[in-house]
Amino acid sequence: MRFVLKTDYHRDSDLFRDRVQFSWYAALFIFVLCLPIVSGTYVESQLTTVFMWSIAGAGLMILVGYTGLISLGHAAFLSVGAYTHAIMLDLGVPFFVSIPLAMVLCSALGVVVSIAALRMTGIYLAIATLAFAMIVEKIVKNWSAVTGGNAGFKVAPPELFGWELNSTAYYYFCLLVLTLVMLCVSNLLRAPTGRAFIAVRDSEISAQAMGINLLKTKALAFAISAALTGLAGTLLAYQWHYLFPDSFSMLTSIQLLMLVIIGGLGSMSGVVFGAIFITLLPDGIATVREWLPDSIGNLPGLEPLTFGLLLILVLIFEPLGINGRWQKMRLFFSQFPLYRNKTLKRQKSFLRTERVH
Amino acid sequence: MFEVVRLSKHFGGVTAVHEVSFSVNEGEIFSIMGPNGAGKTTVLNLISRFYDVDEGTIQFAGEDITHAPPHEIARKGIARTFQNIELFERETVLQNLLIAQYIHRKTNIFSDLLFLPRVRRQEAQSRRFLEDIIDLLHLQRYREQQIHSLPFGVRKLVELARALCLKPKLLLLDEPSSGLNPEETEDLSFWIEDINKELGVTIVMVEHDMNLIGQVSNRVLVLASGRSIALGTPVEVKDHPDVISAYLGT
Repeated sequence: MRFVLKTDYHRDSDLFRDRVQFSWYAALFIFVLCLPIVSGTYVESQLTTVFMWSIAGAGLMILVGYTGLISLGHAAFLSVGAYTHAIMLDLGVPFFVSIPLAMVLCSALGVVVSIAALRMTGIYLAIATLAFAMIVEKIVKNWSAVTGGNAGFKVAPPELFGWELNSTAYYYFCLLVLTLVMLCVSNLLRAPTGRAFIAVRDSEISAQAMGINLLKTKALAFAISAALTGLAGTLLAYQWHYLFPDSFSMLTSIQLLMLVIIGGLGSMSGVVFGAIFITLLPDGIATVREWLPDSIGNLPGLEPLTFGLLLILVLIFEPLGINGRWQKMRLFFSQFPLYRNKTLKRQKSFLRTERVH
Repeated sequence: MFEVVRLSKHFGGVTAVHEVSFSVNEGEIFSIMGPNGAGKTTVLNLISRFYDVDEGTIQFAGEDITHAPPHEIARKGIARTFQNIELFERETVLQNLLIAQYIHRKTNIFSDLLFLPRVRRQEAQSRRFLEDIIDLLHLQRYREQQIHSLPFGVRKLVELARALCLKPKLLLLDEPSSGLNPEETEDLSFWIEDINKELGVTIVMVEHDMNLIGQVSNRVLVLASGRSIALGTPVEVKDHPDVISAYLGT
């Protein structure tokens, strides 16, 4: 076990606990940086997908993991981001203009949704966001003059000053965006704004007593969340080349939610774990399909079934997700042989203020 | 400094608080007591604006706050604790106290996103202020611990500390001694006096423990069934015939 000697209040605001932790992250970054040199295009494109899902997941994590609001409609922001970006590219707007514009549009949309949705909590909020996602899906489907409808919309390839980015360059581009997103989100979470989110998550009543404006804070969380998910959408548009309304269905929303829950609610590393999991899962299912007898292997519903089953199992057996498991493993080794099974068990508390609601 | 005039609150057909009036002087420790269901906590919830006032007015520092939104109350200088503790359970003690600095922040979302040097300076400044409160309440050893791993008595203290971190002028305490053992209650009475004298905070507390009230408070208001039945020094109130009959029945 390492102990950190703090001699300065700034140490508590630092991103990394100590040099050792910083070195691990630096090593990971260098590894990811060098990977395309040795790996094939398959690994490269899979990792690019992981980066994109991580960005979208970071957006949803702020909402679900840090502000305690659930959303079943985040595919809508993905879709709005992707389509806005693709349409603007089509009009000849360069990507470094169209991506921020798509993000602004998404966050504005997020605020609009939040105004309608924030009078609700829990399951009602989930259903409201689901309804919103369906509305967006229908609009995209039927407004074919702009979105191309079911025929799809072709996305112009990524270009920078007349150079077309190849897949390796695009990999680095996504890595850069992900790094910036992770930095910004971590900054937010160690500053007053992020603390306000956490306060709203843990106790709305005492957040108010601390002078935090609930509606404003929730709307802000929605706006940031929608902007980041929209950003992921713009990147996905490049990756997919063609956009179809069905690419952003309810299943996508659930996949995103699954990403943050399986990754581990309330942690940014959980987002990356979840994104890796989500990216590898379809391939895993495809492999398993081949082993299974045809009668089961060819069932069309196998994928959603596996998603749902895994989500339930994680919620029952490891509510803190992959990140929680990872933390426990680290604790086990750092305290070996003194680790107790109940170390991280939460004490049930029945003493909440029921009188104020 | 703080005045409540003919405050009433109904829940359906039940009158929880009926025309309660009292005023608190600057620097005073004012207690509200009464049997269960007398409407003590309701009065606090009305003051912190978690409930809408049906009738009457609340004045604080020459300002009418009867209809101020609940999140504005802290900014006006009124902090509170809760009877059953409402801390941010998954966070450390330090993070809980830092949240109370939110209303004093001078940075906005954009500087937070980039964690500009002034955000860093502000964080260190907040810490310096928090450490004074931590020293006052002897919470040093719990700084990095998560709330859900702390014993009940310490949680109550953390909540008190968090309220103080708002730099309030008026502190509302909802049954500060509930769930504490006699020694902890004894300590609490000294702390309440320290907070009142050293930090110059006016205190309104809802309390059951007659000893605690007798030790620290200047004046006591007794409520029964939502009405005020007595107001005076602890000694006066203790022997008041209406108070005795409210507690023991007639």
